[in-house]
Amino acid sequence: MTVSVFVPRDMMAVALGADRVAAAIEAGARRRGADGRIVRNGSRGLQWLEPLVEVVTPKGRIAYGPVSPADVEGLLDAGLLEGGAHALCVGRPEDMPYLARQHRLTFERCGLTDPISIEDYRAHGGLAGLQRALGMAPAAIVEEVKKSGLRGRGGAGFPAGIKWNTVQQAHSDRKYVVCNADEGDSGTFADRLLMEGDPFCLIEGMVIAGIATGATKGLVYLRSEYPVAAAIFGQAIAIARREGLIGISVLGSPHAFDLELRIGAGAYICGEETSMLESLEGKRAIVRAKPPIPALHGFMGRPTLVNNVMTLAAVPWILAHGGQTYADYGMGRSRGTLPIQLAGNIKRGGLIEYAFGISLREVIEDFGGGTASGRPVRAVQVGGPLGAYLPAHMLDVPLDYEALAGIQAMLGHGGIVVFDDSVDMARQARFAFEFCAAESCGKCTPCRIGATRGVEAIDKIVAGMERQRNLAVVQDLCELMTDGSLCAMGGLTPLPVQSALRHFADDFAHLAVAS
Amino acid sequence: MADYEDWDAARGQDIVNGLAGLEGATLPILHALQAAFGCVPRDAVPMVADALNMSRAEVHGCITFYHDFRAEPAARHVLKLCRAEACQAAGADALHRQVLDELGVPWHGTTADGGITVEPVFCLGLCACGPSAMLDEAPMARVTAAGLRAALRARDDPRVAA
Ligand SMILES: Cc1cc2nc3c(=O)[nH]c(=O)nc-3n(C[C@H](O)[C@H](O)[C@H](O)COP(=O)(O)O)c2cc1C
Ligand code: SF4
Ligand code: FES
Repeated sequence: MTVSVFVPRDMMAVALGADRVAAAIEAGARRRGADGRIVRNGSRGLQWLEPLVEVVTPKGRIAYGPVSPADVEGLLDAGLLEGGAHALCVGRPEDMPYLARQHRLTFERCGLTDPISIEDYRAHGGLAGLQRALGMAPAAIVEEVKKSGLRGRGGAGFPAGIKWNTVQQAHSDRKYVVCNADEGDSGTFADRLLMEGDPFCLIEGMVIAGIATGATKGLVYLRSEYPVAAAIFGQAIAIARREGLIGISVLGSPHAFDLELRIGAGAYICGEETSMLESLEGKRAIVRAKPPIPALHGFMGRPTLVNNVMTLAAVPWILAHGGQTYADYGMGRSRGTLPIQLAGNIKRGGLIEYAFGISLREVIEDFGGGTASGRPVRAVQVGGPLGAYLPAHMLDVPLDYEALAGIQAMLGHGGIVVFDDSVDMARQARFAFEFCAAESCGKCTPCRIGATRGVEAIDKIVAGMERQRNLAVVQDLCELMTDGSLCAMGGLTPLPVQSALRHFADDFAHLAVAS
Repeated sequence: MADYEDWDAARGQDIVNGLAGLEGATLPILHALQAAFGCVPRDAVPMVADALNMSRAEVHGCITFYHDFRAEPAARHVLKLCRAEACQAAGADALHRQVLDELGVPWHGTTADGGITVEPVFCLGLCACGPSAMLDEAPMARVTAAGLRAALRARDDPRVAA
């Protein structure tokens, strides 16, 4: 009997040797006369266990991880293909608290299936949302999305249903759906995991968005730092076209929708939606002033729905199970589930899809198991490079857009980066300015010049030069950038800087010799 | 790593023509040129400009705006080291000081033997197991100086290099 062995092909697994692990298992099984079939699945999101190898047994899928190429012979000797006991065995993944406790809706299939098998996709509930949408009026689809309470997962948290409605109502010869897969925030990888592990889910979400808004063309703007996602998603588009999921007639319906994958070129600012549109149009990616909003005047001047990967990938589930079922998860005005990404100095980093409202502390301690170094947590940056640094005593805050805004922080794309007590927060504040200076599009002075001046001022503070004066300069610059920047790049860089100053003032004083 | 072609105007024109029909074709064309020639050759700029009805200055502005595009080819191997926050939290700064020091280069520099160009990158999406890096097309996580040394050695070993 053929034994199926799953070895993930996600970029993290590959970075940790999955390709060599797969080859070693194949060769080792053959040498033993065993009949093993390797399936390259996506990641379960248990990133600290990658490469996580799973074997199909009568007791279910049994997992081993992290497996290095050097472990393979020993694993095969221990009866890997029968799910035999071994130090690396972690049992059935779905019994692990890390997975069992989650609310996997968007990521329900990720890691279970072969990402480029449309048969697998259908067998695990795929296309149910689209099938239902095809029987609905476009306005009813938009209504379902509104009912779900889904808010944009790219960072700003704008209600998806309202944006969809604006594009639907707009009149034009052509409309577009643009998927923002630029995922530039440090500490985030949910878009990558989904595009590598369940690409048809994003395609299905985009097709539904096209039908709902009247758009016939979709563009996915994927960052160039994700070559594995580009390869897998490119394959998935070709298969979707062959299977009639996209093309002139979506699953035999009168709706046309086609899809194109575009690769970015290493500029963080291209994640900002108007910068992305400029880039897609083939120009330097200088941020556009709003209005006009992209929903009315977007790609090529046409009405364009711009949504993050996670926003669009939530839609198939919402259509399949109903907007209200999705809205039943969450708290306050943050409805549904959040794909949380746990990273940095953390024992068990990975993807945690959970209803809004879970506290930062539960995520970091219960899921993450604390720091990888074993030292105390000192600072946590939430929401990427433009997000605030929070001290350890503030970790009881629930993950909810409004709760974080209430403590001058930001949820962003759901990335959580943990630092231990060796962190120097003056360095982190300096880096925030440095990053802004490097990645600014250059359109407004406060962002372009202010960030560079900020680096200089922090250097002086740390060197003990005119400390009070330079602290005042930093605060002034932050106010100027907050008030005078066109987009959130310049506008939110003060968030990490000022939170570092507010919560970790000592780090700016320790080297001061004169003030 | 890729073996790049020498500049050939006819080949360059083919690449440009093949993609010029896309809406907003600039980035796809620049990527394709760089994949073939290792950079966007100066002689390709007027071709792109003509095909897309842009000025040469606009094409040049595009090439310089995006970090990925080069006017000159990089070394045989490109090592990208992640400098973003999650990797910092995992000790990237100290690793980078050591690696740059061992290779004797600053950021964006190429080693004296012309073998390796080192570039900073801001996040590779491998943030749960930092520090991260990318050696040519190969992603690397939980990077150590010793691990990098071994990977670089393997690449330059003709028995291992593809
Ligand atoms: C500097 C900057 C970077 C951004 N980067 C991203 C990104 O990488 N991915 C993303 O989806 N949104 C990003 N955004 C937010 C987008 O501008 C936009 O709000 C989002 O794509 C809309 O989709 P959503 O409503 O589904 O979130 C960024 C915004 C700014 C100001
Ligand atoms: S704030 Fe910075 S990135 Fe945003 S438009 Fe202004 S200069 Fe460009
Ligand atoms: S911060 Fe280094 S890979 Fe994301």
